[in-house]
Amino acid sequence: MSVDKATVAKIASLARIRMDDAALEQMVPELNGILQWVEQLGEVDVTGIEPMAAVIPNTLRLRDDVVDADPLTGGGKRDDVLANAPAAEHGFFGVPKVIE
Amino acid sequence: MTDLTSLGVKDIRDGVAKGDFTAREVAESFNAAVAEAASLNAFIVTTPDHALAAADKVDAARAAGETLGKMAGVPIGMKDLFATHGVQTTAASHILEGFTPRYESTVSQKLWDAGAGMLGKLNLDQFAMGSSNETSYFGNVTSPWKKAGSNAAMSPGGSSGGSSAAVAARIAPAATGTDTGGSIRQPAAFTGICGIKPTYGRCSRWGIVAFASSLDQAGPMARSVEDCAIMLGAMAGFDPKDATSLQMDVPDWEAALSSDLRGKKVGIPREYRMEGTDQAILDSWEQGKAWLKDAGAEIVDVSLPHTKYALPAYYIVAPAEASSNLARYDGVRYGLRDLPDGVGLQDMYAATRAAGFGDEVKRRILIGTYVLSAGFYDAYYTQAQKVRALVARDFARAFEECDVILAPTTPTASFPLGSMNEDPLTMYLNDVFAVPASLAGLPAMSVPATINADGLPLGLQLVGRPFDEQGVLNAGLAIQQRAGFTAKPEKWW
Repeated sequence: MSVDKATVAKIASLARIRMDDAALEQMVPELNGILQWVEQLGEVDVTGIEPMAAVIPNTLRLRDDVVDADPLTGGGKRDDVLANAPAAEHGFFGVPKVIE
Repeated sequence: MTDLTSLGVKDIRDGVAKGDFTAREVAESFNAAVAEAASLNAFIVTTPDHALAAADKVDAARAAGETLGKMAGVPIGMKDLFATHGVQTTAASHILEGFTPRYESTVSQKLWDAGAGMLGKLNLDQFAMGSSNETSYFGNVTSPWKKAGSNAAMSPGGSSGGSSAAVAARIAPAATGTDTGGSIRQPAAFTGICGIKPTYGRCSRWGIVAFASSLDQAGPMARSVEDCAIMLGAMAGFDPKDATSLQMDVPDWEAALSSDLRGKKVGIPREYRMEGTDQAILDSWEQGKAWLKDAGAEIVDVSLPHTKYALPAYYIVAPAEASSNLARYDGVRYGLRDLPDGVGLQDMYAATRAAGFGDEVKRRILIGTYVLSAGFYDAYYTQAQKVRALVARDFARAFEECDVILAPTTPTASFPLGSMNEDPLTMYLNDVFAVPASLAGLPAMSVPATINADGLPLGLQLVGRPFDEQGVLNAGLAIQQRAGFTAKPEKWW
């Protein structure tokens, strides 16, 4: 399979990366080179093989059902959470107007 | 007095404990060496005060007769992928420039708890995506090594290129690295040092900037196998904050080191004899077999039939996970925001990400987005995950016939910066021997073997069973003792 400029523009839009025409033109052959190379995976007989879900068998743990079980990841950290925000206002993340 | 910067982890720790020198003297020596080596561009920021404060704490603890930690008095470099409290953490990207975490990654915290200090945050390929350290927003890292008869700037490997350059240049006795598809082992091989990626889950991923979560593992980079064993012991351990953290005890790898390999079988995978591999690398592989045989091991042929498919499978799985992980960089919660006049939220996302990500990162996000998109998911992503299962099965079958696998780390020695940028694929191929163990989550290590005719280091790779870091370290030690690798880069910086 290969991609054309319109497809790359669609992918870029899904990935929320603005790309101008020149950037799209440059990306088309690069992505096609990679996609043609990974195409060889189609040769592999995968009959009866389950796709890998976890590389080392592990089970999901449940933590104790208590508030702030781990103080590092518990609540009450508004100032820490907002400390690196480009536009924090009144205790919230600031964003441009979303609803007209 | 000995030049303290010539010492490794073990010698510093033991020397501080014995009182041969103080931790502060060590930190001051390395701080000075770091300051002199700015031309390597190994560090994005330096933190001499952090190193001194940690050293003073160790000296005070020793004076008070307290038990010292495993890394007491050892100042290290921290790859700038680990979140460090109050110290800028960028993943070598523009989008995270200025990001100053209000928390500390589990691995770095464990190192500080063990008595280590921080010399600074080490440069890397942007978001750990690269094999030459040429994708950093903060400029290339230059290897301390030069090709004989040439003054060309050489690649320190990647993505942990700041780590490898710093350790090889003796401006840090050890450094943290992370390995998603070879990012500890390939730079270690390029610079004549050791580096081990433990079993997936040994080191907590909490607080490490995520690239491909099912593959990312932290590990130490240092100049000897013993130093790696010590530092890995300080980094590893169960962490409830990482859902894939291994809930098992951390063995005392340092105490159990032994280069006596009698009764052990070393597997030589025939599929690793690939076209395009340097003859000098093939020769060093033969030499490695002889060394391990000399250490008492039996050499056996093994087969890993899906080896050639590991790299293409990786270049679907890793970008797919990256496209999801990097969706968090939106210009809202942290990092860069690019808000052109009068635009709305969606355009702000797109402008921010266009300005904040480098070309290689964008390329991988786009590949990942494509292979996960409706209509292509099964053909690409599901197929790659099935191939990944086959790569892991190959290793499981091989380990029925051997205890550890010996292979080259890379198909070539280091190359000049700028010489491999024509086509992204040629760069990807440099990780052909490193990626299979990553896909299977196995412990794997690179140790220096020899230098080639150009005077550049070559590494050998050891891959072990899940959880058998000890077997990998022991075989690495057997090679280290026989290789007698003492070459070091001549100081030009």
